[in-house]
Amino acid sequence: METTKYMNPYLAGVLLGLLLLATIYITGRGLGASGAFKSAAVATVEAVAPTHVENSKFYAEYSKEHQGSPLMNWLVFEVIGVLIGAFISGVVSNRLTWKLEKGPRISSKTRIAAAVIGGILWGIGSQLGRGCTSGAALSGMAVMSAGGIITMFAIFGGAYGFAYFFRKFWI
Amino acid sequence: MGPLVPDIIGNDLNFIVALIIGIFFGIILEQAGFSTSKKLVGLFYGYDFTVLRVFFTAGVTAMVGVMALSHFGLLDINLIYINPTFLTSVIVGGLIMGLGFVIGGFCPGTSVCAAAIGKIDAIIFIIGSFLGVLIFAETYPIWEELYLAQNWGNPQLFSMLGISQGLFAFLFVLLALFAYFIVSMIENKANGIKKPAVRFTPYYISLAVIGFALAISAFFFPDKKISLIEMSKNQEVVQNYELNYITADELACRLMSEDKRIQIIDFRPSADYEKLALPKSISFTIDNLFEKEPSKILYLRHKKNILIAKDDEEAKRVGFIANELGFKNIRVLKGGFEEFEKTILDFAPVAEFASDKTSEKDTYRFRFRASQMLPKLIKDNKPAGTVQKKQKRVVGGC
Repeated sequence: METTKYMNPYLAGVLLGLLLLATIYITGRGLGASGAFKSAAVATVEAVAPTHVENSKFYAEYSKEHQGSPLMNWLVFEVIGVLIGAFISGVVSNRLTWKLEKGPRISSKTRIAAAVIGGILWGIGSQLGRGCTSGAALSGMAVMSAGGIITMFAIFGGAYGFAYFFRKFWI
Repeated sequence: MGPLVPDIIGNDLNFIVALIIGIFFGIILEQAGFSTSKKLVGLFYGYDFTVLRVFFTAGVTAMVGVMALSHFGLLDINLIYINPTFLTSVIVGGLIMGLGFVIGGFCPGTSVCAAAIGKIDAIIFIIGSFLGVLIFAETYPIWEELYLAQNWGNPQLFSMLGISQGLFAFLFVLLALFAYFIVSMIENKANGIKKPAVRFTPYYISLAVIGFALAISAFFFPDKKISLIEMSKNQEVVQNYELNYITADELACRLMSEDKRIQIIDFRPSADYEKLALPKSISFTIDNLFEKEPSKILYLRHKKNILIAKDDEEAKRVGFIANELGFKNIRVLKGGFEEFEKTILDFAPVAEFASDKTSEKDTYRFRFRASQMLPKLIKDNKPAGTVQKKQKRVVGGC
């Protein structure tokens, strides 16, 4: 069976925009992703080293802002939904495969190292940016937040600025 | 009025809502092609601008949508989460994320989406992000100063730029349309396609038409609060506006009979209210009329809302705004509190009232009685105080 073509980007954009609008109307907040990673990280540390959590400023501030278990978090549920939704879509469009995707000029090892480093940078950057592409840039754009739109330009501006140095990774 | 959380949808049900929204989010991202790193980074090397198209289109659609909902009074903009602006922190964070994008090939949301269909690099990226958060947490003291520097609060960009919301959204949509045009040219060049990027086919024409319609529509949804308050300053409009009034005498009569069906909403400055306020009256501001929770009491059925303002001009202004906002059962105290004080509270009896008309005599007698009774009523019955406003802004973000 052949994999289905991707959706028209403008149509996908309108649908995503309407979903974001519905999210804001229902919940008063936008979409997100990195917050779920943060919750998972905090939950892990809480389980593994509870005394450390009590003595560390970052965790103390997190629990001040969030009541209850870090996993009882809106974004954790939303990201579980993303996993389910993307899986359904992958099944429907016949795109489920185990695959390590990489540019033609690098080895699998390099790709793995790059993915880890890229992830680490996002983990750190999304804390400073108070959100990632979804939580800060996209949702911020919808509510015309200055911080969100500035983050968006910094993400994409930064990526264009650095792209040249990492072109070997991709083309 | 939205947001529906927490009073219409409870906090527990909200988690189910999150799951459902997430499922749709995942489906849309995957269908758009966000589950492959090569397609995602194509944006930075000029061969595939899908991300930019989806992202910008989603952003402007939601932006105009939020404006429309709040214009029609369906969404209280004061309750929704507006991302904070810690200027240095968001710029440094954004640049770090940009670097992470070209190295790792994903952003957090898309990595989850790609991992769901079996992309191994995405799973590794997720592990990396998880480590990144831990590293940030452990080295937090290093970042703290930067993290908290330049806290500008939660401003919206148009007000920072000093332009209207409508103009900002209009320019933003035009920027998006312009970007689509440019990137289509770059894309064709990078992929060696000779055809012009934009052609006069029904597809491109309808795209442009819909885009311009969206841009123009931004002007149809001005911020209701700003435009109504602006309009209420126009004396000609307000003076000729038809309102339902209640006279000082009728209000006095209803107060004396302790009528339970009236609800007194007092718009005078809080200093005046504290000095002297009518029994059970609620102190309100014009801002409250636009807010979700305070305005609720004006919707109580079987209650007539008596709006009180300082003087005649202010009373008409408040009545105009309340009426335009669609509140029912509104009566405006004619002449404002000034008139009420003059005719009732500070009623000066004359030695001998000379008039042949019975109605005038009755009025005189009534006012005399009211001026005796009301000060006592006011003394015995406390006003209700400032209107309640418990709901806070939703906490969101990542």
